[in-house]
Amino acid sequence: MSPALLQVRELSVIARAGQRDITLVDRLSFDLGEGEILGLVGESGSGKTLACRALMRLLPSPNLRLEGQAVRLASNDLLRLDEAGMRRMRGRELGMIFQNPSSHLDPLMRIGAQIAEGIRLHQGASRREARAEAIEVLRQVGIPDPKTRVDSYPHEFSGGMRQRAMIAVALGCNPKVLIADEPTTALDVTVQAQILRLLLELRDRRGLSMILISHDLGVVAQTCDSIAVMYAGRLCEHGAKQALLSQPRHPYSAGLLACHPAARRHTGLMNTIAGQPPLLDALPAGCRFEPRCLQATPDCRAQLPELRVIGPGHRLACHTPLLAGGLS
Amino acid sequence: MSQSPALALRWRLAWHLGNGRLTLYCGLAIVLGWCLLALCAPWIAPFDPLAQDADLRLAAPSLAHPFGTDNFGRDILSRVIWGARIDLQMALIGVIFPFLLGTCIGAVSGYVGGLLDNVCMRLVDIVLAFPFLVLMLAIMAILGPGLGSFYIAMALVGWVSYARLIRSQILVLKQGDFALAARSLGFSHRRVLFGHLLPNALFGSVVFCMSDAVLVLLNGAAVSYLGLGVQPPTPEWGTMVAEGQSFITSAWWICTFPGLAVVTLAMGFSLLADGVAELLGDRT
Repeated sequence: MSPALLQVRELSVIARAGQRDITLVDRLSFDLGEGEILGLVGESGSGKTLACRALMRLLPSPNLRLEGQAVRLASNDLLRLDEAGMRRMRGRELGMIFQNPSSHLDPLMRIGAQIAEGIRLHQGASRREARAEAIEVLRQVGIPDPKTRVDSYPHEFSGGMRQRAMIAVALGCNPKVLIADEPTTALDVTVQAQILRLLLELRDRRGLSMILISHDLGVVAQTCDSIAVMYAGRLCEHGAKQALLSQPRHPYSAGLLACHPAARRHTGLMNTIAGQPPLLDALPAGCRFEPRCLQATPDCRAQLPELRVIGPGHRLACHTPLLAGGLS
Repeated sequence: MSQSPALALRWRLAWHLGNGRLTLYCGLAIVLGWCLLALCAPWIAPFDPLAQDADLRLAAPSLAHPFGTDNFGRDILSRVIWGARIDLQMALIGVIFPFLLGTCIGAVSGYVGGLLDNVCMRLVDIVLAFPFLVLMLAIMAILGPGLGSFYIAMALVGWVSYARLIRSQILVLKQGDFALAARSLGFSHRRVLFGHLLPNALFGSVVFCMSDAVLVLLNGAAVSYLGLGVQPPTPEWGTMVAEGQSFITSAWWICTFPGLAVVTLAMGFSLLADGVAELLGDRT
């Protein structure tokens, strides 16, 4: 993998609740190489989306604050930039696409104008250049007849087309890293496959790096190069896709994989992980997964396992990892 | 596609009318009709609105003077037509200033939130605590009578409704998804607020400003009736009603026709407001 384009070091998101601080995302660290697609998986509330909004420094509430060592991108530390500097990074370096394209496009603006607005802002293009560029981007994301579609309004597009249009809006600014927050969840399966293919194509053609948030392991397995598993605001395992899918070392990763319908083709029953994620304001002192973990030892209850490197490009936070070389 | 364009147009018009656009078109017709009358006043009005004729004082409606004459022998029809200029102008300017002021304050207040929002909304509460007309009259009494002070008073009192309307819309929209999407493209707060949120927040206010035009018109007429607005001898419907009231038993036409003018124009604005609301409702 090429040297890291985006380096995230100990990024935390902390909520102020009355007199106490609640850590929602706990010291997240990872590298993202050029052209790499990182899949960020975990169940709802594990802090995937929040972590990515933290990267953009667009936290949903003023009660939340960011802490961390550094988020390095293109020789800038995003955590040290002022608001104006951060605005220059958003869009131009870091793009973002969302789950629900219908509500993330301005309903009153023509698609072309929405794409062109970002192009004009970031590249200082003229109105005419920006429009030509917008048509080009629409063509790249596979909108048929982009010359007429550039003047359509979002409501004139179908769901899949809107998702393409939203990707086009983000791509118009020519970002190096694209954060895709469950980009296919709102789409039906065939369109989903098309959009994923489009994302892969864009990676190949533009060398775009991506962080793909998903709770669909199928999606992640199809597209990503590496996978990071989050649980209760912490990274529990991060490694190359093959290694992680075939030999998960963290009991939670293994549990997630076992829950996938394909894993239990024969019995007709779905696997589940018993119990629920801990409440973030009442976290156990030890490993956060310990109450649900089948491998738990007294050690797990006493001490929070730190993330450590266990192999080339493979990191794990667990006291009692599953043995390499087979699912238990 | 064999139909001629003209026929297609007629079909479309009929289709629109059949789909409940009648309100919109009636309202539009009435308001545009008055606008046309006002614009063409010098050519349409049969007499000079200020010309007095001592022989024709309090003449009943006749062929020469269809609306009769007032106590100075001035032709009521001409005065009503000329009065449309002043009253339409009052309705227009009396709506635009509060609209602009209220929209800006409401948008910024809702978007910024916090202390600024609190201060703005308490200010709105203070203005709303006074009866509308009383506060207006107080401001006009300080500024002195005349159209200029009417507009100022209108702006100072009328912005509160717009501010509240826009603020509530912005409060919802700023939490919304496309505000986040716009921010994620590196747009500044100002661009997000005025370029993306405000256009989406304006629907309600646009409809409201049509029905507000009715209130402004009636207010203008009321203020003029009380002697604080337009000063005689300028033809203005409210002033004309005020002047005619002492003759209400002997010469009913002096009050009636300007009064009817106010009623029809107000009705036109009302219908227009309903029509626009329906039209925008269709779209969402």
